Amino acid sequence: MKVSGLLATKSPTVITIHPDQPVADAVTLYGQHNIGSLIVVDRDNHLVGILSERDIVRHLPEYDDVMGTAVQEIMTPRVIVALPQDDVMSVAHTMTERRFRHMPVVDEGELVGIISIGDIIKCQRDQYRGEIATLETQIMAENI
Amino acid sequence: MSEVGSEANPLRVAIVGAGPAGFYAAERLFKEKGLTVQVDMFERLPVPFGLVRFGVAPDHPKIKSVTKVFDRIAKKPGFRFFGNVDIGEDVSVEDLKQYYHQIVFTIGAPTDRNLPVPGVEFTGNYPATEFVAWYNGHPDYRDYEFDLSKERAAVVGIGNVAVDVARILVRDPDELAKTDIADYALEALRQSNIKEVYVLGRRGPAQAAFTPPEAKELLELNGVDTLVLPEEAELDPLSQESMVAAGRGVVRNVEIIQQMAQNEPTDQPHRLTIRFLVSPVEIFGNEAGEVVGMKLVKNELYKTESGTLRPRATDQFEEMPIDLVFRSVGYRGVPVPGVPFNDRWGVIMNQEGRIVDAETGEQVIGEYTAGWIKRGPSGVIGTNKPDAVETVVHMLEDLQTDKILHPAHSQAGAAEVFIAEKQPRFVTYEDWLRIDEIEIARGQEQGRPRVKFTDVEEMLAVVGK
Ligand SMILES: Cc1cc2nc3c(=O)[nH]c(=O)nc-3n(C[C@H](O)[C@H](O)[C@H](O)COP(=O)(O)OP(=O)(O)OC[C@H]3O[C@@H](n4cnc5c(N)ncnc54)[C@H](O)[C@@H]3O)c2cc1C
Repeated sequence: MKVSGLLATKSPTVITIHPDQPVADAVTLYGQHNIGSLIVVDRDNHLVGILSERDIVRHLPEYDDVMGTAVQEIMTPRVIVALPQDDVMSVAHTMTERRFRHMPVVDEGELVGIISIGDIIKCQRDQYRGEIATLETQIMAENI
Repeated sequence: MSEVGSEANPLRVAIVGAGPAGFYAAERLFKEKGLTVQVDMFERLPVPFGLVRFGVAPDHPKIKSVTKVFDRIAKKPGFRFFGNVDIGEDVSVEDLKQYYHQIVFTIGAPTDRNLPVPGVEFTGNYPATEFVAWYNGHPDYRDYEFDLSKERAAVVGIGNVAVDVARILVRDPDELAKTDIADYALEALRQSNIKEVYVLGRRGPAQAAFTPPEAKELLELNGVDTLVLPEEAELDPLSQESMVAAGRGVVRNVEIIQQMAQNEPTDQPHRLTIRFLVSPVEIFGNEAGEVVGMKLVKNELYKTESGTLRPRATDQFEEMPIDLVFRSVGYRGVPVPGVPFNDRWGVIMNQEGRIVDAETGEQVIGEYTAGWIKRGPSGVIGTNKPDAVETVVHMLEDLQTDKILHPAHSQAGAAEVFIAEKQPRFVTYEDWLRIDEIEIARGQEQGRPRVKFTDVEEMLAVVGK
C-alpha cells in the first residue's frame, strides 16, 4: 500500500496555519476540525513546520502565555515529509522509530495531505480485515 | 410521511457498479437492524461481478467462487439488479437523484497508466488491463487483437496483475482449456509463439509487489523455467537492513525469489525471467512501427526521508530484443459526469466514502463511494468489505441526521418505470441467473466451469431482450 492510497479517502483540504499566528488560533482549529496537528505554511504556501498538540504541551512550562505566543516560536521547524509513492509500511516504521504522530505529504514541492499514526493503524487493520474477509467469503462460497 | 427507513417508507439506495464493493455495500445495508432498505444495483454490463469475472485469472477458479456469496446477497428481499444500464450514458446521476435517498458509486478503476518513455506508440505495446479483459471475455475487449506470433514479451510491473499476465502467456494451453478463459483467447494462446517472458521490476526482491502464493505458483508451472539472475536476487545493503522490520509476506517473497535464482535454464518450451532493479527508458520499433526492443536502465535504491526504498537510475543501460510489451503499472479510475473527481489520485473525491466537493471539501449530500474508485487499486477482493462497511456506516449516520436526498419519486415502482423508459433492455438478476445457468451448461459439455458469453447482444438474446 502506498501513501497515496491512504490519502485518497481523506479530506482533500489540508488545514494550515501561518507562522505568525498565535497558538490560540491553532487550538481553535484543532477543536473545529477534530485534528491533533497543523501544518505551518508561509504566505507562499511553502511548508515551514508542523505544530502538534504535543509541541504546545511541551512548551507550557516555559511560557507564561503559550496561547498568545506566535506559532513559529514553538513549532517543530524541520519536518520530515512523506511522498505519495512511499510505502505505508516504511513510513509507519519511521514514525514509530522517531516518535512522530503526524507526517505531511508533499508532491513535487506541494503540500497534498497529512497522515497520522491513526491513519496508518487503520490502514493496517483494514488490510488484515480484508485478507480475513477474502478467506471468509471463500469458505462461505464453498459451503453454498 | 413516515420516517425514511421504515417499512412504510423504505430507504432507497442506488448502487452503481456490480463488483465486490457494490455487493459488500448491499450486504452491510441489509444487515442493519430495524432498517427497511431497497437496494437497486446498476451495472453497465448485462452480467455482474466486475473484476471478479473480468480481472481475476481464469486459472484461479477458487477465487472466482466468491461470486456465490454475492448471489446470496442478491436474493435478499429488497434487492433489484438493473444490468445493461450505464450510469452516465443511459441514466444520469441527476436522474438517479430523483428516485433515491442515497447513491453509492462502486464503479472500479478501469484504465491503465501509460509508460512515460519514448516509443510507447509502437504496435505491440499493450496495457495489461486490455489483455486481461480480453482473455477473460469482457465484451468491450473481445475484438482486440494481440499479436502472439512473436517470441519475446516483457511485462512491465511486478504486482499480481503482472504475474497473472506472465503466467497466462507461458501456461500450457491444455491446462487453460479447463478454465473459463474466453474461447478466442484460448485459440490465440494455442497458436502463440511466445517462448520468453520477462517480468520487469523497478525495485529489488524485498520490494516486489506480488504476494507469495502467486510467486510460488510460477515455480510450479509445467513446461516453464522460472529464473532470476543470481546477482539481482541478492539484497542490496539498504534492503537487507529493511528486512529486520519486514512483514511475513516480504520475507517469503525474498525466499521464493532466491529459490528462483538457483534454477538453471533447461530446455523447457517456455522461459520466464523475473528481473529486478530495471526500468524501461525507451521502446524501439522497426519501420513497420512494431516493437522490436527495449532499452533498460539499471536502478539503485535510495532511502527517502520517510524511510521508503525508492529506485534511482544509474548510468548503466542495456538493450534487449523484445517483440511485445505489456505494461502493468497501475489501474486508475475515470470520472463520472457530475461526480467530483480527484485527478491526483485517480479516485472520486471523498472523505471515508462520503463524496465531497472538489473546491470546498463540503459533503455532497446523498452521494457516496466504495471500492477501487474510492481508495485506488489496492488489496484483495475482501479488502472491499471493510472499505464498503466504512462507507455504509457513514450513510447510516447521515440517515439519522437526515442528511439524505429527498427524491421527488421515492417509490420502487416509479424507478423501474423510469429505467425501463431509458433502457428498455435492462437485465434483471433472474435474467443473469439464466445466463449463468446456460454458461455453466455450455462448460459442462467441455469439462470447464463455464463457457462465457462475450457479446452483449448474445447475452441479451438468451434472455429474450
Ligand atoms: C487483473 C486483476 C486480477 C485480480 N486478481 C485478484 C485475485 O486473484 N484475488 C483477489 O482477491 N483480488 C484480485 N483482484 C482485485 C479485485 O478484482 C478488486 O479488488 C475488486 O474487483 C475491486 O472491486 P470494485 O467493486 O471496486 O470494482 P470492480 O470489480 O471493477 O467493479 C466495478 C463494476 O462497476 C461497473 N461500472 C463501471 N462504470 C459503470 C457505470 N458508469 N454504470 C454502471 N456500472 C458501471 C463495472 O462494469 C464493474 O462491473 C484482481 C484485479 C485485477 C485487475
